[in-house]
Amino acid sequence: MLDIIIDFFIIGTKIGLILLPLILAVAYTTYAERKIIGYMQMRVGPNRVGPKGWLQPIADVIKLLMKEVVVPSGANKGLFLLAPILFIAPSFAAWAVIPFDAELVLANSDVGLLYILAMTSIAVYGVIIAGWASNSKYALIGSLRSASQIISYEIAMGFALVGVLMASGSMNLGQIVQGQEGGFWHWYWIPLLPLLVIYWISGVAETNRAPFDLPEGESEIVAGFHVEYAGISFALFFLAEYANMILISVLTALFFFGGWLNPFQGIPFVEDITGWVPGMAWLLLKAGFFLFLMIWLRATFPRYRYDQIMRLGWKVFIPVTVVWLMILTFMIKAGVGPWFSGRGVF
Amino acid sequence: MSKLKHFFRSYTLKDLLTGLRITGKHLWRRKVTIQFPEEQTPQSPRFRGLHALRRYPNGEERCIGCKLCEAVCPAAAITIDAGPRQDDGTRRTTRYEIDMFKCIYCGFCEESCPVDSIVETRVMDYHFEKRGDNILTKAQLLAIGDKYEDQIAEDRKQDAKYR
Repeated sequence: MLDIIIDFFIIGTKIGLILLPLILAVAYTTYAERKIIGYMQMRVGPNRVGPKGWLQPIADVIKLLMKEVVVPSGANKGLFLLAPILFIAPSFAAWAVIPFDAELVLANSDVGLLYILAMTSIAVYGVIIAGWASNSKYALIGSLRSASQIISYEIAMGFALVGVLMASGSMNLGQIVQGQEGGFWHWYWIPLLPLLVIYWISGVAETNRAPFDLPEGESEIVAGFHVEYAGISFALFFLAEYANMILISVLTALFFFGGWLNPFQGIPFVEDITGWVPGMAWLLLKAGFFLFLMIWLRATFPRYRYDQIMRLGWKVFIPVTVVWLMILTFMIKAGVGPWFSGRGVF
Repeated sequence: MSKLKHFFRSYTLKDLLTGLRITGKHLWRRKVTIQFPEEQTPQSPRFRGLHALRRYPNGEERCIGCKLCEAVCPAAAITIDAGPRQDDGTRRTTRYEIDMFKCIYCGFCEESCPVDSIVETRVMDYHFEKRGDNILTKAQLLAIGDKYEDQIAEDRKQDAKYR
């Protein structure tokens, strides 16, 4: 009995060690986003709260926590309050299988990839329930848009991950990264380049980020599925959206950019002087770049029209992934390059 | 051929990358933000902000109650009642009110005034806290005039040769 309690305690501590930095990272992602978009628009962004505005996210959190949670009349109260939790739980749970370093992973699961796919798609229930329980037409339209978008891009994303699966021959995230051992030219981004691009764009679409943010569509449906939410319940949606952004960035780094691996592995001199950098720092650096790219995209592109989104998802991404999977098959069977050498059959 | 061109154009994401390059460049550009309360944009001496009623240097109010400003006001924001003053019987306003919600800051009142009484100062950051505060009374307008008289006089002097 005592063992179980101790086990629970240890696991709980580990979860805390992942989630607390994650929540902090989310807070400062919002700050980075406002700053970067501000800079790209030749403004300076938030700079009033604390030195250089560093305390702005803290102030935002306090503001959100102190606000009243309004349940609209006619809303289904139980579901209305359940939806944010349904949305945020999977986006946190997905972090369980993320390896931060060779040995640093909460659950070293052999079906990590499937688990990630399952967790990122299950969040759509939170969106649908939020839209429906709000008893508001804008929320409903937003949630339907979001659901169709997530499901459409899930397919292209799944196909892109099939490519990763074929290349590495494993669903264990740690082993996927270890399969990319060697310098940066050993990573999967070269043979899987089209899949990387598609995975990345689908990831942006999945997190409902600009330019795929029509579930929010401020100009037409106010804020989409979370119009009726205020205070802490809105904060949960916000938190989950940004946690998903970070998750997609980390996953891209893991699948295509060698996760915690040193990019200069195998280069005689540079490897020695960068050898002291811990693996987690490389992972965070790579993920940080993709996070920056996501913000950069938002500062650059206008929102897609709805039919354009559907066309891109179904008529461009899915065919391209299928074609590239076939090319990839030949590449693997031919044992191409540093990536698949030793696996060729010819 | 053009189809092929289009194919490569869209699949190499050329257009998107061009867009990203532009925003990427702007990230490093000089920022144009003015930190408002500490920094201010330069103002013209003809700036039209908060209204004021002026006095002569001897303390006598300038306004003679001619109601030209009331007549010219396109937003009908000015309300004037005029009559003889108790002690000396000169024509003065008994009521002079400007509804700041109606005012469009066109400056016609200032232009129409034969004695340079009603003027618009350079003050542009002010607020009202209670309903009804938006209607400035004669006493308030005179107080504003007293407070900013130096600036007002300076601005009129600079502009005098063009009037």
